[in-house]
Amino acid sequence: MKKSSISGFERRNTKNFYAFISPWLIGFLVLTVYPMFESFRLSLTDTGFTGTGGYIGFANFLTAFTADTRYWISFRNTLVYVLMFVPLNLILSFFLGWLLSRKVRCLGFFRSVFYIPYLTAGVAVTIMWGWLFNGSYGLINYVLSMFGISGPNWLGDKNTALMCIVLMNLWSIGNNILIMLSGIQDIPQSYYESAEIDGASTFRQIFTITIPLSTPTIFFNLVIGIINAFQLFNQPYILTDGGPVDSTRTMSMLVFQNAFEYGKMGYASAVAWTLFVAIMAITLIVQSTSRKWVFYGD
Amino acid sequence: MRKNSSYRTRRAVGRTLVYIILILCTVISIMPFLWMILTSVKSTAEAYRFPPSIIPKKWLWINYTNGLGKANFLLFFKNTVLVSLLCTVGTVISAQVVAYGFARFQCKGSKLWYTLMMATMMLPSQVTLIPQYLLYLKMGMVDTYWPLIIPAWLGGGAFNIFLFIQFFRTLPKELNEAAYIDGASTLQTFVHIMMPSVKSVSLCVLVMSLVYNWNDFFQPLIYINSTQKFTLAIGLQFLNSSMGQTKIGQMMAVAVTTMIPVLIIFFLCQRYFIEGIKMSGIKD
Repeated sequence: MKKSSISGFERRNTKNFYAFISPWLIGFLVLTVYPMFESFRLSLTDTGFTGTGGYIGFANFLTAFTADTRYWISFRNTLVYVLMFVPLNLILSFFLGWLLSRKVRCLGFFRSVFYIPYLTAGVAVTIMWGWLFNGSYGLINYVLSMFGISGPNWLGDKNTALMCIVLMNLWSIGNNILIMLSGIQDIPQSYYESAEIDGASTFRQIFTITIPLSTPTIFFNLVIGIINAFQLFNQPYILTDGGPVDSTRTMSMLVFQNAFEYGKMGYASAVAWTLFVAIMAITLIVQSTSRKWVFYGD
Repeated sequence: MRKNSSYRTRRAVGRTLVYIILILCTVISIMPFLWMILTSVKSTAEAYRFPPSIIPKKWLWINYTNGLGKANFLLFFKNTVLVSLLCTVGTVISAQVVAYGFARFQCKGSKLWYTLMMATMMLPSQVTLIPQYLLYLKMGMVDTYWPLIIPAWLGGGAFNIFLFIQFFRTLPKELNEAAYIDGASTLQTFVHIMMPSVKSVSLCVLVMSLVYNWNDFFQPLIYINSTQKFTLAIGLQFLNSSMGQTKIGQMMAVAVTTMIPVLIIFFLCQRYFIEGIKMSGIKD
């Protein structure tokens, strides 16, 4: 008797659970799980634009690793971008978040000023940066010329183009700054007060209190930052189309180009899978180190 | 005594330094926008001059009407409003429905589904992109807005679901019990008691999702082909590749115009953006 009423409650719970999550569940199965397996299957075929093709084994992967010269160039560019952008993003957003936490006046004003570049980040802002970085008429080279420096051709120069994209994306990290700020603000004031009594300098307080207690926020930003940075697409697509001399071609661009410009769906899927594996591997490595440095309170 | 005064000077120097850095960053944040606006009213001849004139000699406001008249920007504007609204409404509704399921009903396997849901946050979209495209192609949905709208109505992304879950968990279980005793069905409880209780989260998700969809470039780029269905993001890119170099003033005028709605939403709903960020600080 009692047993059946419990299982009745459980049954109702189960029914409700699946009823409420059903929109997500359908999307998950149809738009995530199926495509993941399907994209692996496609990577073993020579599928073209119409979606039909035959099994060709690992030939696509072999092509990527040995024949397609753009593959390793794109891989390298993507990795260089991640290695430049992710650490700079973390350091800058932590530093500026910390500055904002120092009981500054007009906090609301500065918060908005930092957030707006993030909010507007899109095609319009990307085109704006293209104009600012213009080698002959851009504002950046004008400012440099006032200091007697003749600036490079930025996006038109294979040595500086990728760096420009790093810089323009660092300009719109306002969201990360504010996430850091809110993490820092959650640290109890009493910790700093007792450190103050012990005579710890501001500098020491940052390294012994602020950073250790912010590590969960830093870790979250690090993981999401890595995943996003690996998928860099919009800015190089809009501004340089991968050039000059492939210096801004990224893995995502390679996937897009093969799939939607050359109609090589099979090959593009293979490239996408290598990107996926690379992201997962690095994320797992970062995650496995987290126990050593991320502080989860007690 | 002396130690105290040197401590005070150090503090004052420190605070001044803080403000100097913040003001410098403000300039860096604002300058590009200012430059963009100034360029938007310059003639092509004036824009292509070095050293540039800071203040335009002649303010060519006509760049705005000329630029926006090109390629039917009013239509792109209308399309973008339509898509963004449909996606936003879908996200706000479906994310809280799904979140309610995760937050309130535990059963065998519910933890596993939750973990899988959170894991999708880390899944790069590249790996599902091509089969998704082929799927929509098979269903005849390429070059329609369906591929942009459907995902929004199916939960609207793990991150938004997560925001709602966090909030639902803080609501007391007594709310459900009271409604149950009053004879309300689960659905009635959800619609009449739970949805109003998470209104503040709904508003945060609403504004953030509105801006996200307004700016989205990648999805429309893949799925929309015909010019009359373009959203502003791809319309802008289309215009940039055709006249970005020759008519820089008009180009900037159009770019500035597309950002105005986002700025208006921000200034009207600043509170909800800031609250949304605070909620997204993930601590566990």
